[in-house]
This record gives sequence, structure tokens and C-alpha cells, in this order.
Amino acid sequence: MRIGVVTFPGSLDDRDAQRAVRLAGADAVALWHGEHDLHGVDALILPGGFSYGDYLRCGAIASLSPIMAEIIAAANRGVPVLGICNGFQMLAEAHLLPGGLIRNNHGSFVCRDQKLRVENTSTAWTNGFAPAAEITIPLKNGEGGFIADADTIARLEGENLVAFRYLELNPNGSLNDIAGITNARGNVVGLMPHPEHAVEEGFGPDTAAAMRSGTDGLTFFTSAIAAFATSV
Amino acid sequence: MSAATTGMTRSAPDSVANAIATPGKEQPYAALGLKSDEYAKIREILGRRPTSGELAMYSVMWSEHCSYKSSKNYLRQFGTKTTEKMRKNLMVGMGENAGVVDVGEGWAVTFKIESHNHPSYIEPFQGAATGVGGIVRDIISMGARPVAVMDALRFGHIDHPDTARVVHGVVSGISVYANCLGLPNIGGETYFDSVYQANPLVNALAVGVLRHEDLHLANARGVGNKVVLFGARTGGDGIGGASILASDSFSAGGPTKRPAVQVGDPFAEKVLIECCLELFAGRLVEGIQDLGAAGISCATSELASNGDGGMFIELDSVLLRDPSLTAEEVLMSESQERMMAVVTPEKLAGFLAVTAKWDVETSVIGEVTDTGRLIINWQGEEIVNVEPRTVAVDGPVYDRPVAYPSWIDALQADSAARLDRPSTPEALREQFLALLGSANLADKSWITNQYDRYVMGNTALSFPDDGGMVRIDEESGLGFAVATDANGRFCQLDPYRGAQLALAEAFRNVAVTGATPVAVSDCLNFGSPENPEVMWQFSRTVEALSDGCLKLEIPVTGGNVSFYNQTGDVPIHPTPVIAVLGIISDVGMRIPSGWQDEGNNIYLLGTTVLELDGSAWAGVVHDHLGGMPPAVDLAAEQTLAALIAAGGEQSLIASAHDLADGGLAQALAESVMRFGVGARVWLNEILERDSVDAATALFSESTGRVIVSVPREDDVKFQGLCEGRGYPVLRIGVTDNSGELEVQDLFTVKLDELRGVHRAALADRFGTVVVQ
Repeated sequence: MRIGVVTFPGSLDDRDAQRAVRLAGADAVALWHGEHDLHGVDALILPGGFSYGDYLRCGAIASLSPIMAEIIAAANRGVPVLGICNGFQMLAEAHLLPGGLIRNNHGSFVCRDQKLRVENTSTAWTNGFAPAAEITIPLKNGEGGFIADADTIARLEGENLVAFRYLELNPNGSLNDIAGITNARGNVVGLMPHPEHAVEEGFGPDTAAAMRSGTDGLTFFTSAIAAFATSV
Repeated sequence: MSAATTGMTRSAPDSVANAIATPGKEQPYAALGLKSDEYAKIREILGRRPTSGELAMYSVMWSEHCSYKSSKNYLRQFGTKTTEKMRKNLMVGMGENAGVVDVGEGWAVTFKIESHNHPSYIEPFQGAATGVGGIVRDIISMGARPVAVMDALRFGHIDHPDTARVVHGVVSGISVYANCLGLPNIGGETYFDSVYQANPLVNALAVGVLRHEDLHLANARGVGNKVVLFGARTGGDGIGGASILASDSFSAGGPTKRPAVQVGDPFAEKVLIECCLELFAGRLVEGIQDLGAAGISCATSELASNGDGGMFIELDSVLLRDPSLTAEEVLMSESQERMMAVVTPEKLAGFLAVTAKWDVETSVIGEVTDTGRLIINWQGEEIVNVEPRTVAVDGPVYDRPVAYPSWIDALQADSAARLDRPSTPEALREQFLALLGSANLADKSWITNQYDRYVMGNTALSFPDDGGMVRIDEESGLGFAVATDANGRFCQLDPYRGAQLALAEAFRNVAVTGATPVAVSDCLNFGSPENPEVMWQFSRTVEALSDGCLKLEIPVTGGNVSFYNQTGDVPIHPTPVIAVLGIISDVGMRIPSGWQDEGNNIYLLGTTVLELDGSAWAGVVHDHLGGMPPAVDLAAEQTLAALIAAGGEQSLIASAHDLADGGLAQALAESVMRFGVGARVWLNEILERDSVDAATALFSESTGRVIVSVPREDDVKFQGLCEGRGYPVLRIGVTDNSGELEVQDLFTVKLDELRGVHRAALADRFGTVVVQ
């Protein structure tokens, strides 16, 4: 399986996402924002970072990059798309996912190991998790507060489109503790925390077993590979 | 509004011809910071008066900051006191943008620490942000990919009303800039002391990695090669002293007040990093230099000095943010996120294609010549014609007066040994917690949680571990560790010993991660060099560091001197921040700083003596600073480092934590809090062997000490290791699942109380970001 990772000017976690894809067992394909070519990849990741310096609004300028036209078309065809942090912001700005992300309620950037509950395990990026699995992956952002109007929140909750919820502590003031959401089809998923930083023992979050041994994020990528395997 | 749009005519530039024709013209050299004899020297070099552009260049390049004129005579010791072993792996030493060390497997590491103190007081956010930006560009210009940053910070008293302004500004400046660059922040240190009230220190460190063949240097070789300026446009920011220039005859009608503090754009720098790395990978660059202090003046004169000696620049080709800038301002501007490269004509198209891909604005502003002169034209006239070395290299050097401080004997005589030491369990517990919650020993996660430590996916250790560690090679696991240290209180008591204590502690902090120390970078923060007592402190410091590095056989690869950190007549404590770089063959073998498993034995390596002078205990409990700082034994530090490295390689050591500020008590508390594993500890054997009281055992800051935890099955082997190397060792406790720290027969503190006290100091004053 070939998973594309798009690099925008200001992308930071693009190489990390590529590594996560490789560790999960797929081929990582570097894609450039200025092109219209998806190089025939089977799934797409919009990585974290500060595309265009987060100027205007996070993800707003990147959502208009040339490659986004192709990504929107691919998403609408059912190609799995994962937006991580800044990538989630892009998906929201591109209206592939509802709602928006605003400045953290405490006003500061925060980096921490964040506990989450996987609320929807039937998406392309979460099918490998046990129902209601509790995982810990790093969170690091300044503008991660999820907001949406009341109707949208009701629809997300009612249709089981909340994919991840913050546990123990809401780090940014997100409504309903929402950390990530999915579209109804389950192929487009966005979240603020970073699964690609919890894929390799020695470099992930601390666990009870050992320092930096957390690899809960790996299942995002193996889920996509499994979804692809059953689809072909 | 620019002069052009206001319809004003700009005065003709002060050309070389004009300078020759008007030899008697008065020039504002003093306002630019030049002494009259320095101005006379410039006239002598040129054989005429300088043009206003030349005067601008000399004034910034001969400034203390750029020329090291007060420190040069001392810094030479770092080069002369070396051994073959120290030089062996040094690919690039002092004098370049950053030193480069061969770390094996075809890899090299470049690192450097640099100050951005004064701007960070005036405008903390931009000052600190551009401090990060500047040091990162130094790393890029060596041909390396920057992979980590850390910061050594000094603020005023934690309860002073102005401290919060500086803290919030500096921390968010570093946070915004480094996070946006995608560089993990892997450590550093923060101290509060009223001596830094109006002189906070922001020392930023960056580390880069490169393959040997990717090494680039700042030189302009090859006649006919193009000089290319790329990155951000040049604007009116950061023109030190230019307000005087602008208000003089240079720019009638132009803007008169320029901000002296640079304004950073981290997005521009991030794009510049990736752009440069793509240029390097395509072999499109011959020589490269970043633009920092003194901007184009510095970059052109240094590139030319280090190359074939000649360069011609068409200054009108510089892309400007503000078209009303004068030539002098263009030469002096310190606008951020700019680089200058030397490119062969054949590769120019390829070069421009890469910068276009990254939307990085680029202009060819000149070329390398064989004239031996740096010639700069502006509006068709020659405004600079100098020998570049006279600007960049052969600046003035001073042997400033040095005087033994009148007050230091009395200070050293006032030992903390006379202070009351607690002896009851209640008093010991109370003072232990007072130290744990004091500003300098308290948890700094309020700061570090605002930094990204995960980006790049190679961080093997970061705050609160003793040193930060990053993997270099994903296949082999090769990595580096780095730690910074400086204790200004010790340096105030005795600058020689204080500097070696900083070196020893940074060395030890790297060693306890399992890495082997290989190189040093230093940032020497002092008061005014015009104060003979400050110069004495400085001279003793450099002597101590060069002696210490010689003894440890690790070279100083570069660094920075920051003078004039004083308000009125009161200088800061001498604060030589020492960064030590270490190498580890496989980061998978790194040693955690806290206890991870219950049932491990806890050992104290090293001995404890009554050394409370200058300690955190003396400061926090008695508000006292006096006496002589702890003794340093660098040979013992080497033995200790080798012992820990061996223990790490044989997997005998489950954790290792350095003892420093706050002594054993603080190290025990931190080891418990790191992973929440409790411990029962006894002091009686320490008291007996070392003939000290409980307070000394807990709070003394004797050097050469580390606590390690060892799985029971490895006990015999570990003790054998210590005996074989002749290093003092005592079993002082055992880890357990109690969730508390028990110091047997004295006191017990539960984990929650430890953490509560430890975390409160910063959060209470600066606001909670997010609870851990």
C-alpha cells in the first residue's frame, strides 16, 4: 500500500508521518502541495505543522493549495484521508470535516502526553482499535480548541462522528472534549493529537512499563493498511 | 511613506570620491559607538576619511558584539590549550559560524550557544524569538539540518512585578519561533535571581547534524562566482545605533526612528531551512553565510575575508521592504531570515529554481573578484572600497585593565558553615520542601510544556532529564546528548571555580544519560568589560574553562561573549553557560533520570563534604551568599563518566541522576517524581563514612556525585564496576511501590505532596497552562 504525505510550506511533522507509515508497513510517498498529482497513492495524510506560518487562520491558506483540489476529489471518492493537527485544521477549512479549531482556551501552546478514548472504531484510520479503547499520544498545539454550532455538535454526537475524545483533561477547551472527528463515510478523519509521534518504542510517550515506550499511534496507520487490504 | 512617494529628493550618497574631496567633514563616529582612536585608525587604514557607508560597516563590525575586542586576547587560550586528542575529531573549530565535530559513521554534529540578552529585556517576545532564529541560521550555514534547540534563561526575582512580563514574553517567543521551525526543544535551564532583574539572559543553543561531505563554510572563492542574497527582504528593523545615523545627514526625509530590536518571522525561517537543505543537497552552493548581527556588512566582509579577498556588490540589487532605506541602513539592517550564498554562474539557474520552488525571494547582488577589495556601489557611485579583513578580522583588540575585586576576600570569608543547620526531623523536612518549592529548584514544566519536544521523532531524552538526547541515525541508533549549566552564585564567589563547576556539571549531566562528552560550546555572560573587576572575573573564567577543557580533553568548538550585562554600576553575577555535547552509539542504551521499577537498589556515587557555600540551601533558607564554592575534581568527573558509560553499556544501571543544586535531597525527590516510583532511603552510612550531619548529607552540593538505581540481579556486577574503577559508592536505599519518599528515621513525603510543592512555584505566579 502507498500512503501519500503532503508537504506544505511550513509543514513540520511530514517526515514523522512518513516514518510512521513505513513503520506500519506501507510505502510513504512524499507529495508537494504545489502539484496536482497524487501519484496514485491509496491514502493521504495531511501532516502537522504551521503551514504558511498559521497566518490568516490555521490551515486556511493551505486549504487552497493546488493539491487540495485533488485531495478533496479523492476524499469524495472514498480515499482514506487523515488530517493531523494542522492537517485537521486544513480539513475543516476545506469543509471536508465540519467545525473549526480556535486558540486554546488558556492562550498558550501546550505539549503533553494526552489520553484519549477512541469513540468510533469503524473508520479507515481506527478500525484496529478495540471499541472505546483508551490510548495516549502526544498533543502539541496552540490552536486546538474544537468548536461548532449546536446543531453540528448534536449531529456529530448523534451520528457517532466523534472519533476521539479527550480523557482526564481537556487541554484546549474543545467542546464536548472532542479531540477528533470523522466524516459519515469514515474515510476522512481529523484530530489534533499526533499519532505519528507514538509509533516507535523509545521515542513516544512514557507508559507505565517504560520511558517513552508508547506506540498507541501505530494503530492509526495499520488500520488504514487493513482497510486497504479488505477493499482490494 | 517613502521618500520617493513624498516627492522629496534623496541626498546623494556619500561616495568614495566625495570622501576624498571632503576630508574635513565631521562624522558621527562617537554616536555610532566608535572611540576617537578607533575612528583615527579607520582613517589611517583607508588613507582618507571613511564614507558614511564605510563608517557604518566599521562601527558595527568593530563593536564589542561582532569583534570580541575585549575578549579576543583571552579566548585564544581555547585554541592553544589543546591536545592532539582534542583536535582529532574537530572538523571545524572556533571562528566559523559554529564548530563541527566528527561523531563517526560519516556523521558530524554542529552546535553552538549564543546570547540574545539585551533585546530580550527591551522586547522579550521578539528578542527571544530572534535569538532562536539567529542561532539556527548559524547551524544551517554549516550545511547542517538543525535538529534540536535548548535555552539557558536567567530572569529577575520571581516575585518582582516586572519578571512576569519578561518570562511570558521570552517563553512565548521561544515557543512560537522554535515550535514553528519544527525543532524539538530538548532541555535547558531557568534561574531566577534579582541580579538579572534588568539584565535577563536568553542564551539559545541549537544543534545540527550533517554528513561529512555536506560541510559548508562561509567563504567567497572563485572569481566570477555570484553573490546571492536570499530569504526575507531587507527592512529597517534591527539597525543598532541607526537612529543617530538617520537623524544625521544621511537621510533627510527618511524615517528617523528605527526599532533596534529585530522582528522575526519563523515561517520565513522554516522555509529558508528547507530551501537551504535542498540547495545543499543539489550541490548548488560554494560558500554560505547567514545574516545576523551587522547584516550585509558582516556577511560581505566575512565572506570576502575568508575567500579570495575581493567582492563587488551592487547594493541597489538588495530587495527592500522599505524603498526609503539609505545605503547605510541597508548595510546595517539586521532584518531576520536572510542568507548570503556564493554560487557559480553555471549553477545559478539551478539555485534560482530551488529558491523559486520555496517562494524564497532571491537577488544576485554581486560577485567574487580578485581585487582584494570589497567594493560596494549604490546609485551608480562607489560608496565602499575597503580591504575586507580590516572590517571583519583585523579590528581593534584591547587589553582592558584587570583588577582583583576589592570585595571578594570578604565575600569568600563569609562561609555558610556558620549558618544554623537543621537537625530535627521536622526542620529537615520543612527545609527540604522549602527548597523543592523554591523558584530555582521548582518544576519548570510551566515553561517546557510550551515547547514541542516530539517533532522530528528522534527525541530520546528531554526535559526534565539531565540532558537532552536526539537520535542522529535511524539505522544504527547513533545519537547525541547535550546539557547546559551555569551557577552564577558560585561564579560570583569564585569565577575560576564557578566556571569549572559549570563545566563539570554539564559534563556530568551528559554522562548520566549514558553518552560520552566530546565537545563544549560556551556563552559567557558578564558585566561591562570597562570595569576592571568584571574583566578579572572574565579572565579567570576563560582561564578556568580552557584549563578544565584541557584536563577533560574536550575542545571548545565555539560560543559567544556577552558583555555589558549590567545596569548602572552593578554587573550581573558572572554567568558562563557551558554546553557540553556527548555522543552515544545507540540511543536505545540511554539511561533514564528517574526510577522506573520498584525493588531496585539505590546507590550514591561520590562522597559528601560540608559544602554549602553558595548552595541553594544557603540562598533559600538563609538568603546567604558567601564563602568558597564546592571543590572541583575533573579527574574524578572523568572516572565517574566512564563508570556510568560502562554501566550503561552493560545495562547494569536502570537510572542515573546528577546531584547539583539542592544536593541529594533534590535529586531523590526528582527521581521519585520522574515516574512516580517511590523509595526508602537511609543516610546513616553517609553520615558515618563522610563524617557529616544529616543537613549536610541532604543539602550539600559536593561535586562528582550521582545517584543510580540498579536492578538487584546486577548488584554484584555493579559494585565490582565501582571497585574496579576505585570510585566511592554506597547503597543508600531501595525503590518501592509506596508512592512516597521516605528518608528513614527523618521524614516521609508522599508523591502528591512532592509534586504539589514542586509545581506550584511557577504556576502560582505565571498562571496555569495545563495541569500535567
